[in-house]
Amino acid sequence: MDMIQAEKLIYEYAKHDEEGNIIGMNRAIDEVDLQVSQGEFVAILGHNGSGKSTLAKQINAILVPTGGTMWVNGKDTKDSKELWNVRQSAGMVFQNPDNQIIGTVVEEDVGFGPENLGVPTEEIWKRVEDSLKAVGMIEYRTNSPNKLSGGQKQRVAIAGVVAMAPQCIVLDEPTAMLDPNGRKDVIHTIQELRKRKQVTVILITHYMEEVVDADQVYVMDSGRIVMSGTPREVFSQVEELKKYRMDVPQVTMLAEELRKRGLKIPRGILRTEELVEALCRLN
Amino acid sequence: MSIKLEHINYIYNPDTVYEKQALKDINLTIEQGEFVGVIGHTGSGKSTLIQHLNGLMKATSGTLFYDGKDIYAPEYNLKELRTQVGLVFQYPEHQLFEIDVLTDVCFGPKNQGFSKDECIRRAKEALELVGFPEKYYKQSPFELSGGQKRRVAIAGVLAMRPKVLVLDEPTAGLDPKGRDEILDQIAFLHKQTDLTVILVSHSMEDVAKYVNRLIVMNEGEKLFDATPREVFSHYKELERIGLAAPQVTYIMHALKEKGMDLPVDVTTIEEAADAIMRSFHD
Repeated sequence: MDMIQAEKLIYEYAKHDEEGNIIGMNRAIDEVDLQVSQGEFVAILGHNGSGKSTLAKQINAILVPTGGTMWVNGKDTKDSKELWNVRQSAGMVFQNPDNQIIGTVVEEDVGFGPENLGVPTEEIWKRVEDSLKAVGMIEYRTNSPNKLSGGQKQRVAIAGVVAMAPQCIVLDEPTAMLDPNGRKDVIHTIQELRKRKQVTVILITHYMEEVVDADQVYVMDSGRIVMSGTPREVFSQVEELKKYRMDVPQVTMLAEELRKRGLKIPRGILRTEELVEALCRLN
Repeated sequence: MSIKLEHINYIYNPDTVYEKQALKDINLTIEQGEFVGVIGHTGSGKSTLIQHLNGLMKATSGTLFYDGKDIYAPEYNLKELRTQVGLVFQYPEHQLFEIDVLTDVCFGPKNQGFSKDECIRRAKEALELVGFPEKYYKQSPFELSGGQKRRVAIAGVLAMRPKVLVLDEPTAGLDPKGRDEILDQIAFLHKQTDLTVILVSHSMEDVAKYVNRLIVMNEGEKLFDATPREVFSHYKELERIGLAAPQVTYIMHALKEKGMDLPVDVTTIEEAADAIMRSFHD
């Protein structure tokens, strides 16, 4: 079975008026089918309110489906007996680094997760060291987290999840509140993690540049998956993406603009080198 | 009106072990009607800087003149200054609190002491300026989308009819279309009115596209203060301090290295496309 498998997944919640009476239902996820295999790097795009965060929360059972099924590592998330297994399989990193750090020292914060799982003390220390190394924050292990930059805090938050040894990490806009350097560091960290731990990564983001290395990109709109494919396939449909309030990387946009003006450049250019090569061939 | 900073220094927690100088000898003048961008990595002092502009933070030393008057003078009316220099914080929608959109936007002018009718008039004018649809005026601000909430929050500041609008990362957390919509609206505002706009941003692509003047902060100092084109030509130095040039600038450098005859001081997609087409037609 796949690492993550959603079948006709529906999530509805009730809308209440001021007196608390139910005045209607809102369908945040509408019959989504999704398969992610072990080790895959999947990106989910979609405008504010498209349902992508709601979908992310289904993966570690913060929310459970109101229709259809979500399996994580073979476990049905609706099965309350499997809740802790699901959460151990899929760790989550959120947008705001300040909401996720609880320890007063970096290494204590990272140890919090495995400690809650009942991991033996010696093993906890091993995991703390290992995960801080994996995110490049080992030299800060005895620092206070509140003196770190946003990007560094986010890497500590990722280390906290890595220390729980999940097979899958879901990152919900982990770079939204960071400066360009912090963004770069976090994305680099995710790539390193994939190499070192073969962990499955689900990245939700508004930054198109961050998804060019993904194996698969999904675009959501009104709770449905409306586009999917490799980054090249998805980003070659510039107009379609704009319809869903998305964008393409600047280099893709420039290539598209040049194509419109008559230059023979292939669709779906994702990297600077590709555009340079295409232009040099014309020259 | 103009804002003039002379030798502004700001020190957090002076005379303690946590002492940190957040602003170091800042000198700058911003004239009425300018569209200024401020960039710098986290902790570079840009938020501290903008909070000085309306007297929210008081410099440890130095002088700040608004419209020629020293705002640190004992008789100076700081309350009035705060209506003239409107500050929109990061994630301003967290500050929405009223029962409906129109009432929320009325809050500023109400505090300025205007009559109810005048408040409503100003609130409607502000909501129109940010392109907020009238049919949602009576809706709870909490039921709006992220982009719409942010428009309401910006309107709340505009309703005080400021001369200067300072925005701290107004597009953080918005989807790409939402980012474009908010910035286009701000650019439109700037064009339509005589408003001075100061935009703090983490997006080099955005500042390249919109502002006329770019201030780069680094470790509390003003490192550059010039046109975006001029500033981004120092891209190597920007990288050293945790910033970068827009992606197109790098593309132009890469093409030039391959022997194409192209200008490298290009900061927007339009300019890049124009330059590349020209080189093919020559």
